[in-house]
Amino acid sequence: MSGFDLSAILGNPEYATMLLHGIEMTFIIYAGSWSLAMALAIMLLAIRLSPFRFGDPLVAAYVSYHRNVPTLVQLMLWYFGIFTLMPNGVATWLASHNAEAIFAVIGLGLCQAAYFSEDLRSGVRSVGPGQMEAARALGHGYVSAMRFVIMPQGVRNALPPLINHSVSLFKNSSLAVVIGASELTHAVKEIENLSFRTFEIYLIGTVLYLFFSLVIMSIGAYLSMRADPARSARA
Amino acid sequence: MIQDMIAIVRDYWLLLLIGQYPNGPLGGLANTLILSALSIALAFPASILFALARLSKSPLLRWPVTALVYFTRGVPLLMLILWSYFLVPLLTGADVPSFVTMLTTLVVYQSAFLSEVVRAGIVALGPGQMDAARALGHGYIGAMRYIILPQALYNMIPSILSTFVSTIKDTTLGYVINVPDLTFAASQVNNQLLTQPFQVFLILAIVYFAICWTLTYFANRLERRITRRRAGLLNVPAALVTPSKIVSEQL
Repeated sequence: MSGFDLSAILGNPEYATMLLHGIEMTFIIYAGSWSLAMALAIMLLAIRLSPFRFGDPLVAAYVSYHRNVPTLVQLMLWYFGIFTLMPNGVATWLASHNAEAIFAVIGLGLCQAAYFSEDLRSGVRSVGPGQMEAARALGHGYVSAMRFVIMPQGVRNALPPLINHSVSLFKNSSLAVVIGASELTHAVKEIENLSFRTFEIYLIGTVLYLFFSLVIMSIGAYLSMRADPARSARA
Repeated sequence: MIQDMIAIVRDYWLLLLIGQYPNGPLGGLANTLILSALSIALAFPASILFALARLSKSPLLRWPVTALVYFTRGVPLLMLILWSYFLVPLLTGADVPSFVTMLTTLVVYQSAFLSEVVRAGIVALGPGQMDAARALGHGYIGAMRYIILPQALYNMIPSILSTFVSTIKDTTLGYVINVPDLTFAASQVNNQLLTQPFQVFLILAIVYFAICWTLTYFANRLERRITRRRAGLLNVPAALVTPSKIVSEQL
């Protein structure tokens, strides 16, 4: 093994293809789990905000489980555990449709939903009660007051933690390697095994993760600025 | 199902608790807790130094630490573990146990995160405390030591507890470099049984949940107490309100 040489990896079409596939898979897992998490988080928030109290303990239990059990263990429970309990037909279908990636999306999405829903909830809670009263006094019904007055402010308050958690979800997508999904970390490890150029390939992998994390952070910062120019100028 | 789980716990509790010890290295839950406690104990003083460096006026101190914090926040922990796995033996020239590799990674990772907490704690105190301490004749170090840090760190206790919880959760990633912790022990049990993966991993999840939930619960309670004390709503003797007051009375 000679000195430092990035082209040994980037110049090799086979390795470059593996890297690109890894990036693609990481983004599929990220996009899938982010969407699942956000959809679930909005449902959890709706249950919490609804006047019916019986759903609250269930949501609290959901959030508590997903925040206090390591994400890796949740993924293992899904892939090594729940997968084996599924009926034969479903299991076979999953196995032939990239089960690793599907369970990574499910596991990461369900876990992240707990964080997103808490972010949204504290964002909504920080909107003062006067806003709702004023909206009702102006003739809005509950739903319309929520839609036009409370939620826009609540989501804006929740943006900074949501952005942080979106970045950590992106980083957590690397955990999918443990259940065998062929994402970026997986590609890095494979290329390391084949090329023995450990330093170079880890450097490439790290720079890629860092780059995409910074991109997500910048998009977040841009959205915060659009949502609330005054506050961003002060910060 | 539940009977299966009870049977697994009955047969393998010792392996889950301490791993192969004393016939092999210490492992299981004991190792998870030792690893987490050690990383926090080492990361905590480092995080204070990092925070002071980030707040310092000298760019020579500020820039490298800021870069480290951004780097750590932007890269998955798994990637850092793989780096250490490859770099630590190379730098030390010796065969390093995976426990040490994991500890090194966690210390770097958590001290970068904790330093942000410490920094926020110091900034939240406001510049008045520092001004007052300096006016009373304290130097920078004296003011930090007796006035700023005691208050900032006291307010930080809940955050440190939460960092401890996330460290316990992060130790599971040692699985990829075969650190003999609780997750490793559970997968050993799973390999021996082969037929009950769901039960084994559910037990694993329950154990982590029990530990982390308890710590989170205490962190939340402490946080409420501290908020109330700071707001002056709790009726306690003045000397106990903040550590800094105890110190100032001793002076």
